Amino acid sequence: MNDETGATRWIGQSVERLEDPPLVTGRGRFAGDINFPRQLHMRIVRSNHAHGNIVSIDMEVARELPGVVAIWTAADIADVPPIDFREGPIERLAPYRQPVLATGRVRYVGEPVLAVFAEDAYVAEDAADLITVEIEQLPPLLSAEAEPAEFSLGRNTEAAILTQGYGDVEAVFKSAPHIVELKLTSGRHSGVPLETRGALGRYDASRDVLELHGAAKVPHRNKELLARMLDRAPSSVQCYESHVGGGFGIRGELYPEDVLVCVAAMRFDRPVKWIEDRREHLIAANHSRNQHHRIRAACNVDGEILAIDDEICHDNGAYVRTHATRVAMMTCGVLPGPYRIPGAYRAVCHFRLTNKTPAATYRAPGRFETTFVRERLVDAIANQLKLDPIHIRRLNAVRVDEMPFKRPLEALGEEIHFDSGDYHALLDKTLDYVDWVKLNRDLAVRRDRGEMVGVGLAMFVEKAGLGPADGVRIQVDTSGVIEVITGGASIGQGFETVMAQVAAECLGADYKNMRVTHGNTERIEHGIGAHASRATVMTASATRVAALKVRDKALNIASELMQAPIDELDIVNGEVVVKGRAGGPSMSLGQIAAALAPSSKTRGDREPGLSAEGWFYADHQVYPYGNHLAVVKVDPDTGGVQVLRYVVSYDIGRAINPELVKGQIAGGFAQGLGGALMEEFTYNENGDPLAVTFADYLLPTVKETPEVEIVLTEDHPSPLNPLGIKGAGESGVNGVGAAIASAIDDAIGIPGAITELPVTPQRLKAIIDGRK
Amino acid sequence: MKPAPFNYYAPTSLAETLDLLAEYGSDDGRVLAGGQSLVPAMAFRLARPRHLVDINGVTELNYTRIDNGRLCIGAGVRHSAFEKPIEDGPLGRLLTMVVRHIAHGPIRARGTFCGSIAHADPASEWCAVAAALDVEMVAESKVSGTRVIHSREFFESIMQTALHEDEILREVRLPILSKGTFVGFAEFSRRAGDYAIAMAVAIYRLKNGMMSDMRIALGGAEATPRRVTEAERVLIGRPPNLGTFQAAGHAATTAIDPLDDANINAEYRRSVVGAMVRRALESAAT
Repeated sequence: MNDETGATRWIGQSVERLEDPPLVTGRGRFAGDINFPRQLHMRIVRSNHAHGNIVSIDMEVARELPGVVAIWTAADIADVPPIDFREGPIERLAPYRQPVLATGRVRYVGEPVLAVFAEDAYVAEDAADLITVEIEQLPPLLSAEAEPAEFSLGRNTEAAILTQGYGDVEAVFKSAPHIVELKLTSGRHSGVPLETRGALGRYDASRDVLELHGAAKVPHRNKELLARMLDRAPSSVQCYESHVGGGFGIRGELYPEDVLVCVAAMRFDRPVKWIEDRREHLIAANHSRNQHHRIRAACNVDGEILAIDDEICHDNGAYVRTHATRVAMMTCGVLPGPYRIPGAYRAVCHFRLTNKTPAATYRAPGRFETTFVRERLVDAIANQLKLDPIHIRRLNAVRVDEMPFKRPLEALGEEIHFDSGDYHALLDKTLDYVDWVKLNRDLAVRRDRGEMVGVGLAMFVEKAGLGPADGVRIQVDTSGVIEVITGGASIGQGFETVMAQVAAECLGADYKNMRVTHGNTERIEHGIGAHASRATVMTASATRVAALKVRDKALNIASELMQAPIDELDIVNGEVVVKGRAGGPSMSLGQIAAALAPSSKTRGDREPGLSAEGWFYADHQVYPYGNHLAVVKVDPDTGGVQVLRYVVSYDIGRAINPELVKGQIAGGFAQGLGGALMEEFTYNENGDPLAVTFADYLLPTVKETPEVEIVLTEDHPSPLNPLGIKGAGESGVNGVGAAIASAIDDAIGIPGAITELPVTPQRLKAIIDGRK
Repeated sequence: MKPAPFNYYAPTSLAETLDLLAEYGSDDGRVLAGGQSLVPAMAFRLARPRHLVDINGVTELNYTRIDNGRLCIGAGVRHSAFEKPIEDGPLGRLLTMVVRHIAHGPIRARGTFCGSIAHADPASEWCAVAAALDVEMVAESKVSGTRVIHSREFFESIMQTALHEDEILREVRLPILSKGTFVGFAEFSRRAGDYAIAMAVAIYRLKNGMMSDMRIALGGAEATPRRVTEAERVLIGRPPNLGTFQAAGHAATTAIDPLDDANINAEYRRSVVGAMVRRALESAAT
């Protein structure tokens, strides 16, 4: 392949996943499968109170239990700082960071208070059970809408107020003929991977290297963060990713338990293993999504949205974790979505702490929430102005002739520049696909017959491919196997397959001949991991650069050895051949690798090894876009909602592997469905979490999840990378809350009825019965 | 997620089981059958039995038989045994209707009928069926031998039964329903296989087009499953139609004292009960 032709031997093909054989034959290696000789097991004793002061801790009986090696309180690790922010220190937020073990005050049920280390996991749990922590209870703060309370002396629970905007909001609202106002809430839920968290710390004194196994998502960033927190040289800390049973933005952040196993491994000079149980996961791993919006739009008589003014209360739970204020800031920046909003815009986000599990990013952070809010607002405008909601969307959406579209707002620290796209054309495709007019007519007939059925649509713009740089190393061994070494991470999304496809395409080899090494900080110095839908945009683009370099290097020496001009050579299926001469002379990449060995006489003055490093740089993210469409049926007796049909249309720019893209969309949809209808971390008035098992925290099962119909388009490849890639990971979840809310409104015939997610049967029944 | 320490016994006969229960029943001993409720509760350390008497090896308890007009179900019989009609008449049909709502395939393959009854979860489908049919529970212990407990006296409160510590629920006896009996079941849960918010069992016969031998029982709605005579009375001597079914549903909603918890409030549960009674009757009529 070369830059101009964009040949498609592997790119664009739905080839089988390379990573599946060990997974489907039971030979995967997840954190729980990793064991080291002499390892200790850690069990965390967590706070059972939402807010209080630790008065006393009785651990005498626990200490006596045979097999218990140590029990730590905060005092035992006074030299370990609170968990820091991934992007570096932020002074004003520093007081709100989470200590590794609670220091005097507990702030949520599930907060680590003690760590027990024992010879086996059962003894550790038995010992933890024997420890009594006496806590003097303080009143819990459980709503981000309530007045902030004291966090610590001189500091209240409003850790920050974030704002984004442009224009004179007050002036536009003053002169606008229509103002539409809404109050909306997105419930607290999160990513719940099948594999809970796990961490193994090991200290290799012979090399003075601290190892963290069970890393995920961002191994390189965690290596740096651990080194910073533990005051070690980064080169003396290594992270290793194993198989990961789902990430979703939750798994792989640096949590207290990760730090504890590392510190303990060094103190005890023994490996330390910790595996999270499900209850722990539901109260200790990051929550997400809980926001309250008071939003208003100023419109003209045609339904053009002139200005938006949103005041947000963001419930971040008890502490500010590694992401700092990222979700809240993103919320402020991406809320306008595909709409132009020419006059003015203002988002003010009260970033508040409560006595609940700390919150951070979950797949499509800030987008699931804002698409719900924004699309509710558009529906409300249509209703108030008695205009067609599709018309309002068309009228306000950025047009293709306005691309690239710059907006003086930011996402992840970059000004938002929509790189390319035709929002109207995709909307037309969506409506054509479902035959919108006929669909609405059919539903109207069913409603006339007494069925509560309805349809809803949401438009959204995703963001993907955060830069600024990623590098990949490719090296060919003498057997011809091609190793792609990257600091990217595989969280089950098909990362290895996609990188192999791109390398295979660019190099001229079979993708199955690739060995993709990832998530191992010892093998490559830098890496961006897997988050923010970046991997395919950034890492695949870097893979392409490295593969093209290796190709050039191979052709260069092959030209000499085969005595043919470079432009007459090609690499086909791992063999350098002379173009147009089937059965003619050839050299395998393995032979070329041997010819380039340091001691090879044929190498000449070329740099040894058939290998190269490739870097890709991006100044701006890319902005894929899509529509979600839901058809639902409501049971008026119970308030239960059945999703009859779900369509996602999405312009990905360029799909490296369409089936994997569809897999990302389908999986994301299921999670969105959970957030729209079922999943919710609820608390009682004391701040006790009520969703601590899978009987209470309801993930959608295959019975509740309809097959999602996917209209995948490649109409607008991104101009920002040579392959035109836009990123897929978060598109399936983005608009689910919005589309389903709109469909339920339509089904029950009450415009604007749905103001809160998830739409539980109990809530919906109250709405239908007019009790809300 | 690791259970607290316990002693484990695996008897192979009923006599041996009764010996073990006589010795350990009063010292926090528990019978382990399918383990689909007990084992998760132990993993959470919500249940901490000191002794576990595993009856999975007691093959003499793996039986169902029809005896004297009653279907006798031994303590070893799994939920999945009822997925195909165990009996040719309306009872067999009712049990197949109900079993589909019990959790999921893997759980039905392990969990036992008698185990569910002994566990007495308010949302247990079998407990609602037991209440509807006024079944007999056969309890047995080494010291007091065999005694029969009527379902009305059996369920005392949430997960509380009349069983003694040293007793095993050896068998449950269900009356065979005569041909021409109408049977129906309905439940609502948030997801397929979840604990129901409410369920209803409806059973009746027709005499000259009017309903008789009326049985309506609720599960999941109150602390214990029970027949709702207030709803039954509304229907006796009336024809089966939407109007009478709705009236029965309404009677049930006013008759009950619904469970009220942080996730599902009483008002909502009450309204679901009314709908489930109506639907159970509708399913019986069709």
